[in-house]
Amino acid sequence: MIPAAFEYFSPTSVDEALGLLREHDDAKVLAGGQSLMPALRLRLAAPEVIVDIQKIDELHGVRDDGDALVIGAMTPHSTVQSDPLVSEHARLISLATATVGDPQVRHRGTFGGSLAHADPAADLPAVAVALDASFVIAGADGRRTVPATEFFQGMFSTAVGEDELLVEVRVPKYTGWGAHYEKFNRVAQAWSIVSVAAAVRLDGDSIAEARVGLGNMGPAPVRATAVEAALVGQPATAEAVREAAARAADGTSPGSDLNGDADYRRHLATVLTRRAVLAAAGTA
Amino acid sequence: MTATEERPATEIGASRRRKEDARLITGRTRWTDNIVLPGLQHLAMVRSPFAHARITAIDTEAAKAASGVVAVITGADIADEQGALPNAWAVIPDQKAPVHPSMAVDHVAFAGEIVAMVIARTAAEANDAADLVDVDYEELEPALELKAAARDEVIAHPDLGTNVSAVWSYDSAESGTGGDVEAAIGAARDGGIVIEKEFRQQRLIPAFMEPRSIVVDPTTEQMTVWSSTQVPHFVKIFIALVLGIPESKIRVIAPDVGGGFGGKLQFTPEEVLTVIAARRTGKPCKYTETRSESLMVAHHGRDQWQQVTLAANADGTVTGLKVELIADMGAYLGLVTSAIPLLGAFMYNGIYKFPAYHLGITNVFTNKTWTDAYRGAGRPEATYAIERLMDELAARVGVDALEIRERNWIKHEEFPFSTVSGLRYDSGNYEAATAKARQLFGYDDLRAEQRKRRESGDPVQLGIGISTFTEMCGLAPSRWLGSMGYVGGGWEHAAVRMLPTGKVEVVTGTSPHGQGHETAWSQLVADRLGVAFEDVEVLHGDTQVAVRGLDTYGSRSLAVGGMAVLAAADKVIEKAKPIAAQLLEANADDLDFSGGRYGVRGTDAGMTMAELAFAVFQGHKLDGSAEACLDADATLDPDDFSFPHGTHLCAVEVDTETGATKIRSYVCVDDVGVVVNPMIVEGQVHGGLAQGIAQALFEEAVHDEGGTLVTGSFDQYLVPGAPDLPAFETARTETPATTNQLGVKGVGEAGTIASTPAVVNAIVDALRPLGVTDVQMPCTPYRVWKAIQQGAQEGAQQKEARS
Repeated sequence: MIPAAFEYFSPTSVDEALGLLREHDDAKVLAGGQSLMPALRLRLAAPEVIVDIQKIDELHGVRDDGDALVIGAMTPHSTVQSDPLVSEHARLISLATATVGDPQVRHRGTFGGSLAHADPAADLPAVAVALDASFVIAGADGRRTVPATEFFQGMFSTAVGEDELLVEVRVPKYTGWGAHYEKFNRVAQAWSIVSVAAAVRLDGDSIAEARVGLGNMGPAPVRATAVEAALVGQPATAEAVREAAARAADGTSPGSDLNGDADYRRHLATVLTRRAVLAAAGTA
Repeated sequence: MTATEERPATEIGASRRRKEDARLITGRTRWTDNIVLPGLQHLAMVRSPFAHARITAIDTEAAKAASGVVAVITGADIADEQGALPNAWAVIPDQKAPVHPSMAVDHVAFAGEIVAMVIARTAAEANDAADLVDVDYEELEPALELKAAARDEVIAHPDLGTNVSAVWSYDSAESGTGGDVEAAIGAARDGGIVIEKEFRQQRLIPAFMEPRSIVVDPTTEQMTVWSSTQVPHFVKIFIALVLGIPESKIRVIAPDVGGGFGGKLQFTPEEVLTVIAARRTGKPCKYTETRSESLMVAHHGRDQWQQVTLAANADGTVTGLKVELIADMGAYLGLVTSAIPLLGAFMYNGIYKFPAYHLGITNVFTNKTWTDAYRGAGRPEATYAIERLMDELAARVGVDALEIRERNWIKHEEFPFSTVSGLRYDSGNYEAATAKARQLFGYDDLRAEQRKRRESGDPVQLGIGISTFTEMCGLAPSRWLGSMGYVGGGWEHAAVRMLPTGKVEVVTGTSPHGQGHETAWSQLVADRLGVAFEDVEVLHGDTQVAVRGLDTYGSRSLAVGGMAVLAAADKVIEKAKPIAAQLLEANADDLDFSGGRYGVRGTDAGMTMAELAFAVFQGHKLDGSAEACLDADATLDPDDFSFPHGTHLCAVEVDTETGATKIRSYVCVDDVGVVVNPMIVEGQVHGGLAQGIAQALFEEAVHDEGGTLVTGSFDQYLVPGAPDLPAFETARTETPATTNQLGVKGVGEAGTIASTPAVVNAIVDALRPLGVTDVQMPCTPYRVWKAIQQGAQEGAQQKEARS
């Protein structure tokens, strides 16, 4: 289908983009377009103005910033997926990114675009909360940094205000950690029914630290803190991990749809968390 | 010619790469939506968001005033002009059906029904203006749930007074083809086995790759209609009948068509409305549906509830089969909607020797998109029921599921075999196909692994599913169709023309939309006329070129259309004989035709078909004793159906913790008779398997409580891709059909028909020790997981009851 008419801008700087967002009440940011374009074509969205931030150079690329990695919001998934820095310091992101959509989607879609869209069933939000990423948001008053747990506010809803722009995401380094992304869906290109992102640091045979994020277990991604706490100091064995993973659904509020009801999702969360943590420990 | 020397010994049986693929794969061809004509106008449809409503008012003023709009047309505007869409198959003489308008006038019966259309200078302007058409509806309660609709709880068409369109039955005792099924069931209740099951054939969407598109040019003497259709000949005749345009003033062209699967075996509202738009404005008009529209309103498939009862002796010998099914027509009857259950009616007994059989069909209207043919059309439903039942019977008797089939199937020496449903199976060899499949599959090793996993309580259980199917192909003898209430025939037509330069034009009445007829028909003619494969051109799909034809569906093209091509080629050879005799100064009786050449027996003298064609073109040396023309037409009506069969074996791993099913291996041995092009056959089997597996595991059209399609995009309607399917292992046995001269049977639907029960049988087989005896399709992880929970619960209750 053909989108409703809109005015198109293609700014080349963050300030120019912010100016356009302030100037126009009904503006939408185009950040790769893998969700927005279908919505426009189906006329589920009909903004008057589109601000395409593709040409803002500073939003592209991955860089090393001491104890953190910085991923520009407009870095395409395909770049993130194959980036050596990401692979070394945040392998969970490489693994999850490799499961996003299909090769075409990964070439057009962007890291920040996916996070800012905040689809509950998307892959990257669960990873971002697991890894304690922080989000740098630019606005009229400069830039502010928001932790992942505050960034995701609900279904398709984030801390980015109407006249603001997500510019980059800072990820602490998890060098030497094991990682695994467990995506459970019905066909390869479908959204997750539930997904689990896990990273584990081992000390000898036991788990020194663990990070677990859950996707599609509520309107926003969930950090499985009860599981993380229960894992610390435990041996990375099937039994110990099973016991800890049994708490995966604590505090979640999953929905029901054609793919499963809330009970099924809660059950899946425990099974998939066990598998994800064990697999992550196996790669540490 | 070197080309001649490099040819395979025979073209038939050679895996020729498809001639049409280069242009289809690169997209350098003409799809309907690519067609652009001077002054072309574009249409957008306004569709009802409600499943059941009265239209109380339509305000088109804003739309009419919008930029680029030529006209806005409502149902009231064309009420006297649009006629009614046809149903071509009255399964009973007093079949009930609502009038089926192309555009609703005052009553809408499904969500997506067209209520207005916009004609504009660009597609974008048409879309924008369609959003401005303001329709007031008075919502009515929709009839949605099929069983409730069958009880007339809510009426889909209040004027009709009932939802029941037709009740049809077949009874072997009444028809003299077998015994009384009630007696057989009664006897089995006393010491034998009676299995009663209810199966759901979920609603499916054909989901062809190319959305439907129509272009109509009214500016030529013959109105030209391009349509992405399987049936250009049908479209031509129905435009004439529905709109009162003389048939001779209509030319229909199906250019390259991107898939159909039965979904383009239809005469559509959009075709009628595009013709009306072009006729009213006097300018070319185009309508191309969006993917969303395609999923919502292009006719759906399947959607039945089947109540089945199988009776058997204690040793597992089947004694009777009773089927009562209700079939969802949706809101209207399309071309053959009413007959889809009927096309499966004769296949429920499968390959087995049932002594008694009864089938009852109830066709029911609901307020959903109308259903109609979808790959297999009736036969997948029948095959599913009988193959699921045979597995249940094996479990009840306590023997291997292959063993129970062997005890009951028709043995190869028993052909031809008259079945309990009144068909005559001409040939088959179920033993050979099964033995081959069993060996390729590693059946015994997999059973051993299954036992091991069961004993160790492995969370991932292994299941083995079997489907030993047959189907009726080669639709169809015209006499049979007539006796069943169909208005048309089942013949096919072809023409073969020798061109002056020795090339050959073949015109076929079949209408390929992915099947590869250009390649396969070239192989047929190259062999028969002794010309090079490359020298044969196959023309199709344009009613000005392929003047006669009945198009492509029901695995009919080779068995009927291909045989018509051969008949025409034979006529060409016959017509060439007296000409060759005259030019060679020989007696016609002394001529032999071989390798594309008429030779005088016992001499070196002879002429090739190319030489004869050129001599006929010149005419210089012809004495006038024979017609100076080598072109020939042939119409062929098949004597009977053909009956492909096969043994499909599927191994699945079911993750009992999550309910996820993974197909580990899939082996099928199909017997489709003589094969013209093995590569095309294998492609058909692969695609068919994918589509049948999709019904078992992935696809379902779901409507919400208001009747809106929930699975209205590929986000929700899950068509599997290559990552979701295993590597198939396909093989063949070859038992020639006796009902056509080449011994071919048909392969277009085989994989789809066979694979669905193989997969579900495998899942149930994996989980039977956990108390699971059925899983409703599609077997999603959620449904499988719930079945396991329920099985465990029932198991615990039974244990409790026993203690």
